[in-house]
Amino acid sequence: MADMAVQHGSPQALAGAYEPSLFGTYSKKIGMWLFLLSDSLTFGALLFAYSYGRISNPAWPTPFHSESIRNATLMTAFLLTSSLTMVLAVNASAFGKKKAQLGWLLATMACGTAFVILHGREWSNLIAEGLTLPVFPAVPGSSTSGEFANVANNVPQFPATFFGLTGMHMLHVTIGVIYLGVVALRRYFIPILLGLWLIAWLATPAYSPFHYGAHVLLVAAIVISIILWLKPKVYDSSDVEVAGLYWHFVDLVWMFIFPLVYLMSTRIL
Amino acid sequence: MDAFQIAIAERVAEQHRHHTKPQFFWVWGALLLMTAIEVYLAYQNLQPVRMLSILMGLSVIKAALIIAYFMHMKFEVSRMRWLTMCSLVICLSLMCIFFPDAFRILRLGVR
Repeated sequence: MADMAVQHGSPQALAGAYEPSLFGTYSKKIGMWLFLLSDSLTFGALLFAYSYGRISNPAWPTPFHSESIRNATLMTAFLLTSSLTMVLAVNASAFGKKKAQLGWLLATMACGTAFVILHGREWSNLIAEGLTLPVFPAVPGSSTSGEFANVANNVPQFPATFFGLTGMHMLHVTIGVIYLGVVALRRYFIPILLGLWLIAWLATPAYSPFHYGAHVLLVAAIVISIILWLKPKVYDSSDVEVAGLYWHFVDLVWMFIFPLVYLMSTRIL
Repeated sequence: MDAFQIAIAERVAEQHRHHTKPQFFWVWGALLLMTAIEVYLAYQNLQPVRMLSILMGLSVIKAALIIAYFMHMKFEVSRMRWLTMCSLVICLSLMCIFFPDAFRILRLGVR
C-alpha cells in the first residue's frame, strides 16, 4: 500500500512517506553492500585456504615466470582501468548524461572482457603445460612430465586452490560484465549474449576453458530473459550506482589475489 | 520513470555532487603506481615474510582507496561506514584462527 501511495506522490512528498533510512541511503544500495560483505567472506575463506596450504606445505611451488607476471600485470591494469570507467559511468548517470553513461559502461565491459580473455588464455596455457585438475578435459599432446605437471603431481593443493580462487573470481568478473550489459542495453543484450555463447562454444576445442566456460553465458541469458519478462523496467542512476558497487568489488578482490597468488609465487631468475 | 525512481535519482545526484573527475584520475593513478611498485618488488627476490608484509600493506591501502572513493564509502554516513567496515574486518580476522594449525602441521612435518 505504501508503494502505491508513493508512486502517485511528488518527489517532495516522498520525503515524509517513509522513515528516514538508518544508513542514510536507499535500500537497493544497502542490499548490495550486504551481499558484498557476505561475498567478501567467500573470497576471504578461499584466500585463507590458499594461505593455509602455503604455510603448512614447505614444498609449495613458485611456478610463475616473467611471462605469467607480465600477463597478470596487464590483467590488473585492465581491471583498474575498468574501475575508473565504471566510476565515470556512475558520475555521468548521476547527472543525467545518458550518452556518456552508455559509453563508459561499454568501456567498462570491454576492459572486463579483456580481463576474462587474458585470464582464460593463461588457464589454457597452464593446462596445456600440465598444471591441471582431474575435472578438466585432457588436452591432446599436453605435457605430462614438465615443470607444471610435476607441480600438479607433487602438490595437488596448488592447482586446486589456484583454479578454485581464480576461477571464482573469473566467474564474478563474467557475471559483472553481464550485469553491466543488462543495465546498459537491457533486453537488447540477450541476443548479443546468445551470439557470444554460440561463437565461444562452436569456435573453441572441447578441452578449452572458453568452451565449457561459455555455458555461463547461456545460463545468464536464460536468467536475464526471465527477470526482464517478469519485471521489465528502465534502469536509472541508482541501478548504475549499485552495479558499480559490484564491479568495484571484483576489482578490490583482485587486489589481494594478484600479490598473494602471483607475485608471491614468482620464479624470476 | 515514476516519482519514486525520480526521488532516488535525485538523491544519487545529490550524493555525487562532491565528486570531481580529477579525484577519480588521481585515485586511479595511485592504484596503478602501487601495482607497479608491487611488480617491481617481485623482481627483487626479497625475503618471503618481508615481501608478504609489504605486498599486504600495499593491498590494504589499494583496497581502502577503492572502497573510499570508487565505492563512495567516504561520503556515506558514519553509521554505515563503521558498521560495514568493522563487521568485515572482525569476520575476516576470525579466519586467522586457522593459521596456528598450519604452523603446527609445518612443525610436526606432516605431509
